Amino acid sequence: MTKISVSNLNFFYGKAQALYEISLDIVEKEIVAFIGPSGCGKSTFLRTLNRMNDTIPSARAEGKVVIDGKDIYAPGTDVVSLRRKVGMVFQKSNPFPKSIFDNVAYGIRINGIHSSKADMAERVEKALSDAALWDEVKDRLNTSAFGLSGGQQQRLCIARALAVQPEVILMDEPASALDPIATQKIEELVVELKREYTIVIVTHNMQQAARVSDRTAFFMLGKLIEVNPTQVMFTNPNEKLTEDYITGRFG
Amino acid sequence: MEQRIIDQQLNVLRDKVLLLGGRTEVAVQKAMESLINRDSGLAQQVLDDDKIIDQMELEIDRMSVEILALQQPAAHDLRLVISVAKITPVLERLADHAGNIAEAALIINDEPQLRSFPDLSLMADNAVQMLRAALDAFIAEDATMSRQIIKQDRVIDAGYKRVFSELIAVIINDPTTTASAAQLLFVAKHLERIGDYVKDLCELTVYLTEAAFIKHSSRN
Repeated sequence: MTKISVSNLNFFYGKAQALYEISLDIVEKEIVAFIGPSGCGKSTFLRTLNRMNDTIPSARAEGKVVIDGKDIYAPGTDVVSLRRKVGMVFQKSNPFPKSIFDNVAYGIRINGIHSSKADMAERVEKALSDAALWDEVKDRLNTSAFGLSGGQQQRLCIARALAVQPEVILMDEPASALDPIATQKIEELVVELKREYTIVIVTHNMQQAARVSDRTAFFMLGKLIEVNPTQVMFTNPNEKLTEDYITGRFG
Repeated sequence: MEQRIIDQQLNVLRDKVLLLGGRTEVAVQKAMESLINRDSGLAQQVLDDDKIIDQMELEIDRMSVEILALQQPAAHDLRLVISVAKITPVLERLADHAGNIAEAALIINDEPQLRSFPDLSLMADNAVQMLRAALDAFIAEDATMSRQIIKQDRVIDAGYKRVFSELIAVIINDPTTTASAAQLLFVAKHLERIGDYVKDLCELTVYLTEAAFIKHSSRN
């Protein structure tokens, strides 16, 4: 079932056009990886999917982004609930200067999702478990999030995103600052999360895209060049530009 | 376009396969010559050269694994390494059949000479020609040519059937020829197998160029 349907999306930063006529459907509970050289528009595109670009003055989108049948750029869209539904994890882990527990509880609290203290504790535990972090932090929930390793901080941010029960998770290079072991954990987690969530992941690491995603989309100069099942992209892409990029023929 | 690190390695890999293919081709040719000209020295040379071919196979294997591990090739690069890794043992086995023909020659050359079998020579010519064309098609990445070569295998198969009947007739007419004729039956079978291996090689060229596995697809 189609979860996200993007048609003829153009995106501008002031007068500079960053995305050109992007059309792409994303199916429920699939992992789609966005790859492409720096500045190709993949992160910009990712951020149009929960209107994260709204915070940039002069940014403007044209075209349609439909999630669960609703155009998210239609007037009157509740952006806060949109972002609850379409959560985001960033490149650099950015925990709040709070305890591990409060980091995860934050979204639940401000959205008023919990019914009681016990319910809150349960939700925090579930989010941390789903983010494969619970066993590592259960004995120090009230200590500062900054005491965690980089990989743990990133999984904490994923737990924080999961806590508000999103349906789609956008990940912008979630493992680019992590060592290979922490990266592997994040990748395993991404694959695990697919059971419940639709995941869109931007990555510069081609092997990572190959390992975790069902489909891969290749962007260049603001255009979507090719989208195909990942095994096709990496063994026999349709477009010469894709082939050149994934085989390192241009930077 | 800038030369990538992997380009240089892939070129070396391609060259090595071509060298191996060339040696294999020569082995088949020499083996048949040793049989036709009753030249046991040449037959022995084919058997000695087989060790070099085995070494070449190991070297290509080693290099393929290294490229996969260190360069992590994708798309066409990946298909090239995979097809090389699959073609190499095919060539090595093909050379083994040449060795088997040379062994048969060593035995037959000590027996009284039988009459000549033009169909057997024709089979050998076809096999060598197919092999040469298949290697050319691999290097040129020519799937169309590869598909044509695959079809030529029928000619070798038909030749095998004729040679088989002829040799059985020879044995029935003169049972004293049985030992030699039986060796020639083996030779014919080896040539028939060589044709099959050339077909495998062509199928891998199609994979390299089109990313399509045509093996087992109702024999193309």
